Amino acid sequence: MTYILIFIGAVFVNNIVLSQFLGICPFLGVSKKIDTALGMSGAVAFVMTIATIVTFLVQVYVLEPLQIGYLQTISFILIIAALVQLVEIILKKISPALYQALGVFLPLITTNCTILGVAIMVIQKDFNLLQSVVFAISTALGFGLALILFAGIREQLNLVSLPRGMKGTPVALLVAGLLAMAFMGFAGIVK
Amino acid sequence: MAANSNLKTLLNGIIKENPIFVIMLGMCPTLGTTSSAINGLGMGLATTFVLLSSNVVISMLKNIIPDNVRIPSFVVVIAAFVTLVEMVMQAYVPALYESLGLFIPLIVVNCIVLGRAEAFAAKNTVVKSFFDGLGMGLGFTLALTLLGTTRELLGTGKVFSMTIFPENYGMLLFVLAPGAFIALAYLIAIFNKLKTTKN
Repeated sequence: MTYILIFIGAVFVNNIVLSQFLGICPFLGVSKKIDTALGMSGAVAFVMTIATIVTFLVQVYVLEPLQIGYLQTISFILIIAALVQLVEIILKKISPALYQALGVFLPLITTNCTILGVAIMVIQKDFNLLQSVVFAISTALGFGLALILFAGIREQLNLVSLPRGMKGTPVALLVAGLLAMAFMGFAGIVK
Repeated sequence: MAANSNLKTLLNGIIKENPIFVIMLGMCPTLGTTSSAINGLGMGLATTFVLLSSNVVISMLKNIIPDNVRIPSFVVVIAAFVTLVEMVMQAYVPALYESLGLFIPLIVVNCIVLGRAEAFAAKNTVVKSFFDGLGMGLGFTLALTLLGTTRELLGTGKVFSMTIFPENYGMLLFVLAPGAFIALAYLIAIFNKLKTTKN
């Protein structure tokens, strides 16, 4: 039951983009086409799950026993950066097809704050390893859901005429605001 | 002449290349921490400190760091200053630290900080980088405070916790998530409009 609640909470109620404001840069940057949105969501899901597992283990088995919790930010960001590089190299060797699909998005992910955000959040929420993994996957799904919905709307948005000042980012933000309002409807389902 | 060009670098960050309204980097803290004017100001100043210090240190180290590992090295410098800010804020302004929460460690992945390190500090002198960091930081702070003030005023009728009109008339939406997107959308639209009329 806890796992289902974590899932629903992370995908809908506390959607990482629309209610927690993390990962706005890729949300605005790669949402012009549905194809790129799909690729980005896939890459984020992949890296987020692995990164959360590794940072969780580092926190529990290295930082806490040595009482150097204050190094959390530095160590996590280095782990994530190294991991992204590693994933890129491994993917290139093992699955060129997947690398073709996700490749361009991987370097962008190091500075995607959702990855570091989720890594820190699971520590703050005192999750165990399995809960953390479920949380990471659900958050990534929520990110993907918001990104793909938004990309679909933006593809249509290209066809309308707008006042000059509203073109580009402002109207995109406005649409995101309306999406966030729609997601507020889920509030209260899970604490 | 030198003073003049430093002033230009400073103003560049505040107006011409304002990180939020023009370059549009660092959107996450912009939206996430501006539910009130004071939160926006606090986040802006914390980021300014990190931006300024990392710019100065990186421009000092630019000749020592090998080109291949420059990005990881920059990230370590930035992360060190972020940790410093985190500890200082926790000790001296615990209330603000609580309300900004996760967004303080996330200054590390704020694109502006790494962006300026890579685009400016790695190529310019210490003094110039100092003014660039200060200008960009102030531009960021200005944008965040403006957005925070707008949201707080529309949402609760207050500015920096001073009542302007009764809270009953406030639109709570602006304090919540959708209001952040909508308020920023209109602020950028107004900024765009002003810029095109000026040209």
